[in-house]
Amino acid sequence: MHNMETAESNIQFKPETLKEIDRIIKQFPEGKQKSAILRILHMAQEEFGNWLSVDVMDYVSRLLHIQPIEVYEVASFYSMYNLNPVGKVVIEFCHTGPCCLVGAEKILKHIQTSLNIKTGETSSDGIFTLKAAECLGACGYGPMLQIGETYYENLTEEKVDNLLLTLRTKHS
Amino acid sequence: MPKVTIDGHTIEVAEGTTILNAARQIGGDLVPPAMCYYSKLDVSGGKCRTCLVEVTKGSEKDPRPMPKLVASCSTPVMDGMEVGNKSSAKVMDARKGVVEFLLINHPLDCPICDQAGECDLQNLSYEHGASGSRYEEDKRTFEKIDIGPNIQLHMTRCILCYRCVNTVDQITDSRVHGVLNRGDHSEIGTYIHNSIENDFSGNVIDVCPVGALTDKTFRFKSRVWFLNPMNAHCKCDKCSGEAVVWMFGDEIYRVTGRKDQYGEVKDFICNTCRFDSKDLAKWTIEGPRHIERGSIIGQGHYELKPEDNIKEIG
Amino acid sequence: MGRKILLEKINVENIHTYDVYRKEGGYEAVEKALKKMTPDEVVEEVKKSGLRGRGGAGFPAGMKWSFIAKPEGVPRYLLCNADESEPGTFKDRYLMEKNPHLLIEGMILSSYALGCNTSYIYIRGEFMWILRILEKAIAEAYTNGWLGKNIKGSGYNLDLYVTPGAGAYICGEETALIESLEGKRGNPRMKPPFPAIKGLWQCPSVVNNVETLASVVSIVNNGGDEYAKIGIGRSTGTKLISACGNISKPGVYEIELGLSVEEFLYSDEYCGGIKDGKRLKACVPGGSSVPILPHYLVTKTSAGEQRLMSYESLADGGFATGSMLGSGGFIVFDEDQCIVRNTWNFTRFYHHESCGQCSPCREGTGWMEKVLHRIENGHGHKHDIDLLWDVQRKIEGNTICPLGDAAAWPVAAAIRHFREEFEWHINEPVKCLEKNYGLVKEPVLAI
Repeated sequence: MHNMETAESNIQFKPETLKEIDRIIKQFPEGKQKSAILRILHMAQEEFGNWLSVDVMDYVSRLLHIQPIEVYEVASFYSMYNLNPVGKVVIEFCHTGPCCLVGAEKILKHIQTSLNIKTGETSSDGIFTLKAAECLGACGYGPMLQIGETYYENLTEEKVDNLLLTLRTKHS
Repeated sequence: MPKVTIDGHTIEVAEGTTILNAARQIGGDLVPPAMCYYSKLDVSGGKCRTCLVEVTKGSEKDPRPMPKLVASCSTPVMDGMEVGNKSSAKVMDARKGVVEFLLINHPLDCPICDQAGECDLQNLSYEHGASGSRYEEDKRTFEKIDIGPNIQLHMTRCILCYRCVNTVDQITDSRVHGVLNRGDHSEIGTYIHNSIENDFSGNVIDVCPVGALTDKTFRFKSRVWFLNPMNAHCKCDKCSGEAVVWMFGDEIYRVTGRKDQYGEVKDFICNTCRFDSKDLAKWTIEGPRHIERGSIIGQGHYELKPEDNIKEIG
Repeated sequence: MGRKILLEKINVENIHTYDVYRKEGGYEAVEKALKKMTPDEVVEEVKKSGLRGRGGAGFPAGMKWSFIAKPEGVPRYLLCNADESEPGTFKDRYLMEKNPHLLIEGMILSSYALGCNTSYIYIRGEFMWILRILEKAIAEAYTNGWLGKNIKGSGYNLDLYVTPGAGAYICGEETALIESLEGKRGNPRMKPPFPAIKGLWQCPSVVNNVETLASVVSIVNNGGDEYAKIGIGRSTGTKLISACGNISKPGVYEIELGLSVEEFLYSDEYCGGIKDGKRLKACVPGGSSVPILPHYLVTKTSAGEQRLMSYESLADGGFATGSMLGSGGFIVFDEDQCIVRNTWNFTRFYHHESCGQCSPCREGTGWMEKVLHRIENGHGHKHDIDLLWDVQRKIEGNTICPLGDAAAWPVAAAIRHFREEFEWHINEPVKCLEKNYGLVKEPVLAI
């Protein structure tokens, strides 16, 4: 049986987020609140440190009145959800064909060297996590990467250097 | 009522019957194998693709053949439909492919697998498999995990038929295990180390077509072919109490549901009967079960009794 | 200059705002439909237009609409597929980002035609900022009475919402999209039943691509017959093409269907030719799933005729010598690209995106990726090409949804046209790591 005791963990969305969640759930007919899960998980990830812990997913299951496994099943299916702790900045670097035709692999190597990490790892200062993403729908503007809701396109090594510097300063 | 012809045999079936069930009504070796479909479940099928058949004529009304092979378990028959299963070279070729796909990441650890001797995948491979593997890479592996005190999950053997998930969905509204991750990383699991605690959870073992879910009270106790399966019943307030006890001498080694010729249980039995009723005194033995000719279990020494109501097929 | 319909106003300043959109003639189609047309008449115009689904399959939109079941008392849903994820395709994103009201107007018209009172836009999770653009535009449409109860006094009610995915290409398949919209894993459903009978929450539903729905605006404004005059044969209207790869001017272009591939690829109005004056090696004309064409089959068909940007002409020759228009993701490869590497890359994509439900796709995509990776890295065996061919053949057509085909076709086409390049990788395991193969030779057909 799933463990309702985790309800005791003090995970709680901010009041304004809860209000937003309420608005989103109302977009679906009564009893179909599960439809809101993907968006709520995005919000949870944003609010609770870029990843979804078991406690966070259990909390979401209670908000939606569904079984925790239903949340785990969904969260583990979609590639945007991180199920393990990540850095403050998650770099989603597109490494699919069209971006590679215009030099994405070289830029990816450059990021790996700059951060001294491999794809899937977090930098030693805990700031950057580098993920290789499949096609992000920016094929005409590659190489590109996504951080949060922002797309950084037509990347060059120089642009990447500036971006990393700015982000490192901001999050140090 | 629509009429359908499968491998040259024609039968009239109820509206909405699937090709697979129509074939089962005809019986014999024109019945496509099914690794994920399970007639006792409200939701199942379509996934493993072993039951693919060729529809050479769509229906009387629209005789065009279907462009692709279809899953016979989830395709309803139309009046006048003509289907090729064993008679279709295309189907045999595709099925061989499906078996190969199912085996590339399967450990093939049959010698130490409790399911050996009663494994659908083993049987399927025997019939459609190749003698060697063309897959040179490392196989996918997982750790064994316990999902509850009596059930062990051996994910490396799983073929992701979803039967166990659908079973639990059907018997309870508080499922704790499911399919996690995606693609060939998919696995059955509880995510956190949870146990399936439901009086009927043991049925996931019976519905599992391979040795992925096994009975811990029976693991490594005996090879199934050394046991004599007997129909037996007991008084049970949770389930029908109608089960099969697998005996060696006077000892009950394990208890399972009663399966039909397609490996599907008639009734889901409860965990008390399955895991905690190994005492012979608890059971009324009805007699030995019919074992199909050719089954490895058939080497058990007993005879077919008239009260055994399972009909022989073919 | 070709005629522009979808991108006609794209460069008008602030066209994304309601006021500008309205001033430019926006929502006139809704006014017209609600006042002067019955829902069936809207369907009729769409049928007459010959508009075909712009997501990739090219199924006639009007016909798809006419399949929707209309049981008494059961709601129907229109779902917009904005899960644009096919490698090489980035047109819907451009349209939604720049001109969100055009999609909203198209959705109001289409919802009205289908008798839907609630509609959803399912957008890929990575496009969260576009979701916000759309929500803002939808709010404006509500404020101005184009959404909500009793729209403009017509008695017609419509609620429109946007909902995100979370990183899964498979959710572009319509039944996976529905599953995802129900808050589940994006596992495609078994068909039948089709969404038109049992879709979202088991209710009749229609799933249409962004571009398809946006095209309805002009069809209602000017009539289906007018729309059908644009284009060529059964490829009517205009199409957004996302052009990328080794060309001088990557970007989103609206073309009249029937434009020659030659003009599209080489003229300065569109792609502007191969970048840096290099030679063309190959082209994938319709998104990563469609067969790749070697340089000698891009601008002309195997019969030597001019190849056109149309459903029929791109498919001319079948898979032997043709390809597909697909989603309009036009990916160009110059002479320095490696086909084996790209095929491996695309296969890795499909492996990553396979939902894992059915065995041929779940197991086969990963297998192909491993074999391709081996060949690309100089560890291939002589029998690997035949193995790959056999594996793709056993995936194709045997899966629950088209992702299996989408994974098989690029491999099949690469082997079909670039076999010598694969063989070279196997025979020259060291050289293949240092340089690229260059162009493949055009086969000389003995006649």
